[in-house]
Amino acid sequence: MEIGTSHYLTVAAILFTIGIFGIFLNRKNVIVILMSIELMLLAVNINLVAFSVALGDLVGQVFVMLILTVAAAESAIGLAILVVYFRNRGTIAVEDINLMKG
Amino acid sequence: MIIQALAFYLFAAIIVASGLMVISSRNPVHSVLFLILAFFNGAALFVLLGAEFLAMVMVIVYVGAVAVLFLFVVMMLDINFVELRQGFLQYLPIGALIGVVLLIELLFVIGGGISPPDVALVSAVPIPEASGLSNTEALGQILYTRYIYLFQGAGMVLLTAMIGAIVLTLRAREGVRKQKISRQVSRTRDESIELKQVKPGEGV
Repeated sequence: MEIGTSHYLTVAAILFTIGIFGIFLNRKNVIVILMSIELMLLAVNINLVAFSVALGDLVGQVFVMLILTVAAAESAIGLAILVVYFRNRGTIAVEDINLMKG
Repeated sequence: MIIQALAFYLFAAIIVASGLMVISSRNPVHSVLFLILAFFNGAALFVLLGAEFLAMVMVIVYVGAVAVLFLFVVMMLDINFVELRQGFLQYLPIGALIGVVLLIELLFVIGGGISPPDVALVSAVPIPEASGLSNTEALGQILYTRYIYLFQGAGMVLLTAMIGAIVLTLRAREGVRKQKISRQVSRTRDESIELKQVKPGEGV
């Protein structure tokens, strides 16, 4: 049985959907929302690598490295903001984050 | 070939199951651990695809840095996670609806044909298969030449994130007595010792 590109794309699609589902499911917990975003980025990376291999083009893997960088930076900043917010308010519930009433 | 198929299905099943456990487990520490499992299996899928360097980078960056960061934050903050799970079932129907719709759409897109067959002919940087270069060498050869500005930009992003995280979380707490070595060293005899002439029987 041949494992083709569409197999990998299917896995990535399922993983991406799980990430979005996680954001909806854990509406109150910012930490799990950040983890769901990481899952979605993982799905995107699998997509990029699958297409890179399928098309024989190495640029997709360069893009994966850049996405990896941005994901690491994003989670570091997000968690730092979370720590500061918890120090000030004593909670991380999403619906309490309304100080600016944006 | 059958071994490759079996490995793919094993890794794919584990990655989907651990993804589900990430979003549904009660304890966020378990979520982080399942996230690590998902990233390991993603790296295994990368190895199956032939992108070894990215697989290793994935393990190092995600498991070594991001997941540990998550673990630190989860364990450092004293959060009542039971309270945060209230309303978990309230959002389940709408989330499931959107998730199923999105999944069906994505699968339709995938099933509707991947790409026109001549796309591979116009690739920017072909993967070197015959020339004997490994994946790491090929990636390095284009990353440090054609994409050097993107690479430097990624470095800038990381530097900004590092400085931002430090600035955000650094705080000078009041009332903490710290040892200040420079002040200790720069004290002179004159400013720290005072000689008094004490007359007998009177005191200072």
